[in-house]
Amino acid sequence: MTSHGIRDRVAIVGMGCTPFGEHWARSADDLLVDAAQEALGSAGLRHEDLDAYWLGTVGSGRSGMMLSQALKLDYKPVSRNENMCATGSDAFRNACYAVASGAYDVAMAIGVEKLKDSGYSGLLSPKPPNDGTEIALTAPSMFSLLVPAYQNRYGVDDDTMGDVLSRIAWKNHANGARNPLAQFRKEVPIEVIKASPRISGALGVYDCSGVSDGAAAAIVVRAEDAYRYTDRPLFVKALSFVAGPGSGPIDETYDYTTFEEAVRSAADAYAQAGITDPLAELALAEVHDCFTPTELILMEDFGFSERGHGWKDVLDGRFDRGGALPVNPDGGLKSFGHPLGASGLRMLFECWLQLGGRAPVDRQVPTVAEGRTMALTHNLGGQPGACVSFVSIVGSEPST
Amino acid sequence: MTRLVARGTYVPRHRLDRASVGIGHGTRSVASYDEDTTSMGVAAARRALQGATPRVPGSVIFSTSTPAYTDRTNATAIAEALGLRTHVGAYDFNGSVRSAVGGFHAAADAAAAGRTAMLVAADIRTGLPGSSEERDGGDGAAALVFAPDGPCLAEVIATSAVSTEFLDRWRPPGAPVSHVWEERFGESVYVPLAAEALGQALVSAGLEPGDVHHLIVAGLHRRAVAGMGKAAGVRSGVLVDDRSDAIGVAGAAHAFLMLCDVLERAVPTENIVVLVLADGADCVVLRAGELAGAPLPGPTVADAVCGPPVGHHDMLVWRGLLRREPPRRPDPDRPAAPPSHRGAAWKFGFTGTRCVECGTRHLPPQRVCHRCRAVDRMQSEGLAGLTGTVSTFTVDHLAFSVAPPVVVVVVDLDGGGRLQCELTDADHRDVRVGDRVELTFRRLYTTTDGVHDYFWKVRPLLDEESA
Repeated sequence: MTSHGIRDRVAIVGMGCTPFGEHWARSADDLLVDAAQEALGSAGLRHEDLDAYWLGTVGSGRSGMMLSQALKLDYKPVSRNENMCATGSDAFRNACYAVASGAYDVAMAIGVEKLKDSGYSGLLSPKPPNDGTEIALTAPSMFSLLVPAYQNRYGVDDDTMGDVLSRIAWKNHANGARNPLAQFRKEVPIEVIKASPRISGALGVYDCSGVSDGAAAAIVVRAEDAYRYTDRPLFVKALSFVAGPGSGPIDETYDYTTFEEAVRSAADAYAQAGITDPLAELALAEVHDCFTPTELILMEDFGFSERGHGWKDVLDGRFDRGGALPVNPDGGLKSFGHPLGASGLRMLFECWLQLGGRAPVDRQVPTVAEGRTMALTHNLGGQPGACVSFVSIVGSEPST
Repeated sequence: MTRLVARGTYVPRHRLDRASVGIGHGTRSVASYDEDTTSMGVAAARRALQGATPRVPGSVIFSTSTPAYTDRTNATAIAEALGLRTHVGAYDFNGSVRSAVGGFHAAADAAAAGRTAMLVAADIRTGLPGSSEERDGGDGAAALVFAPDGPCLAEVIATSAVSTEFLDRWRPPGAPVSHVWEERFGESVYVPLAAEALGQALVSAGLEPGDVHHLIVAGLHRRAVAGMGKAAGVRSGVLVDDRSDAIGVAGAAHAFLMLCDVLERAVPTENIVVLVLADGADCVVLRAGELAGAPLPGPTVADAVCGPPVGHHDMLVWRGLLRREPPRRPDPDRPAAPPSHRGAAWKFGFTGTRCVECGTRHLPPQRVCHRCRAVDRMQSEGLAGLTGTVSTFTVDHLAFSVAPPVVVVVVDLDGGGRLQCELTDADHRDVRVGDRVELTFRRLYTTTDGVHDYFWKVRPLLDEESA
């Protein structure tokens, strides 16, 4: 398999992100308008200047028409992307490729989700007509399967595992507490997290990401044009996307302690970006912490921790905002919220703020001041053993 | 000659302690929230077809007073779950307890005419809270296979029937519970009719009451059943304990559940009489054959007298007599007819595939091997009889279920293959990685428009040795 990547050929020159949370007074269209206007404003552009759009939404609308109608676009190409929880990232990836190909000069990737209008708890995943034999696993159930498997493999007892998962939720809540755009802006004591009502298996309420409404957008241009729009562009160093064969749930050799899709997409992205020691080279990582055990396992899948040691590194604070590698300094899906189609772009928004020196002082990750210039974003859609995974590397320095 | 060549029984695990709800003593069996007469029939029929050389029936006759569906045949789902897809007739004899006796005759007559046939009888008996119907009823299933030849459990040597029209018990179609007339009237009609049927059958068999070794008297009218037992004139110890103190009376299935119970301990050449009191009386005289008394795999009826307790409140929810606040989640979609039919061998028969290139087992069936990527190199493989081990699990408090929480397990089957499915008949606090489980055919849910979604779950393997 060949994956050449498009290192340093495309740059982000404008971004927007709405607050995530319960937007009872705003429709999905309203959120699209808000995110698009903010992104245009940050790049000093108008819709007339844009050539093409990629819209990511899992289920809040249909087709490119959702965006063109909401924004009243003048006969522009709009593609609608859906790739489960990696939807926003996939919209971004396609916009980047379109610009890199030379087909367009300026493109927008925008993602939105309106989850709170359903009136149901958690996420819904409507299926096409089927034979009724596939078990209707809720999202927390899918990911809670990781917990006993990890404990069993690495000999971690229930109490320690509870501490580890609670530590991840505590960190992301602490990060979100400082972020005015986050859904949950309150620090939560570890004991409260650990004792919260169980949702599925070992996962309590605080182990689950926020169900929210929100939108985020990015404007991408050819790298050589980037400084025409902003003095602090973000260069795309790597884009990797894989869809697994989905055999984990039917293959007895899969042990529920890794996401092979994440391992592969990270390896591909590191190769594209020329990264050999991610823990030392990345300034921050925005990873798919849909549930706390997901973040734990991703630390090992991305090489931030050795296999079987992630739980210790979590307890040691390696991934805290002031740790060796800050993970989810904006609060992550856990605390910032998870409006599916917007989440991948929200992660890029945090990189835009942190690497571009736009983050307020009390939220800045120290690694940027130390001279690190690259960040990783990661989206995962599906369930352990059967998922899609996206990894991007973005950087504040142009090609050298 | 009609030969009864195989038998199978199923009694659900849960028991209601009658004293706990102030309605007498002992226990009754309670079908779980995910069981119905069809799924219990499958469980009994699977046991009847176990063994090295099962007799494959040419027809499956299903009988119950509480069918999962009317208008459509329930026996087809049973036949499909048994893997008897083609060249099998599937017929329902449904609606009343007595239907099962008609089913017995239909199956026995088929054997007399040279064809192998199976009767599957199952019932779920429910009454209003605190009623004698609730107290005396029971849930269970039995399956009998008849054949014209071969070694047998018993031969049918005589039958008789008497009928008369009288109002004792009735239930309007669709109603959840029965109504009964004042019981002394029913007793006054039933006992003479039953005595007449018994007398006729014994004469026809050339037997005296003193020649009977096992007398089974079954029926939902408890007073008439007890009265007939006393009036039968058989020797002491011949009247069979009908297990009603432990299981209750399982309606259409009960007489045959008791027959299977007797066949577990009968000695060859013994005379067994089954007398059913239901809108008249039916009597069948059988003579135990060479297979009588031989142990079968799986629990016996005697083993089934004990089970974990179920609370009255839960039982009422399971039977639909009490509604519990559902989770804030959408109702499940209805299973679509075309994919259910395309995948019937999987959905009902639990038939997977094995890659002929690399030997990897797949469930559900796949066209492309997940191991070696060979395309269309698969062989079908029936997997319902397998056991497996829990490799990881979760307890879901959010998912839709009549009996939350849902226990989801990842099961690795013995000999290869993995399945994500629900664990049933288990306390969610007791589940551990490494637990051993067996497959069980269940009703996953019923949609608001009345479609039942049948598929397989796993349940704890209680006794590895006997399974």
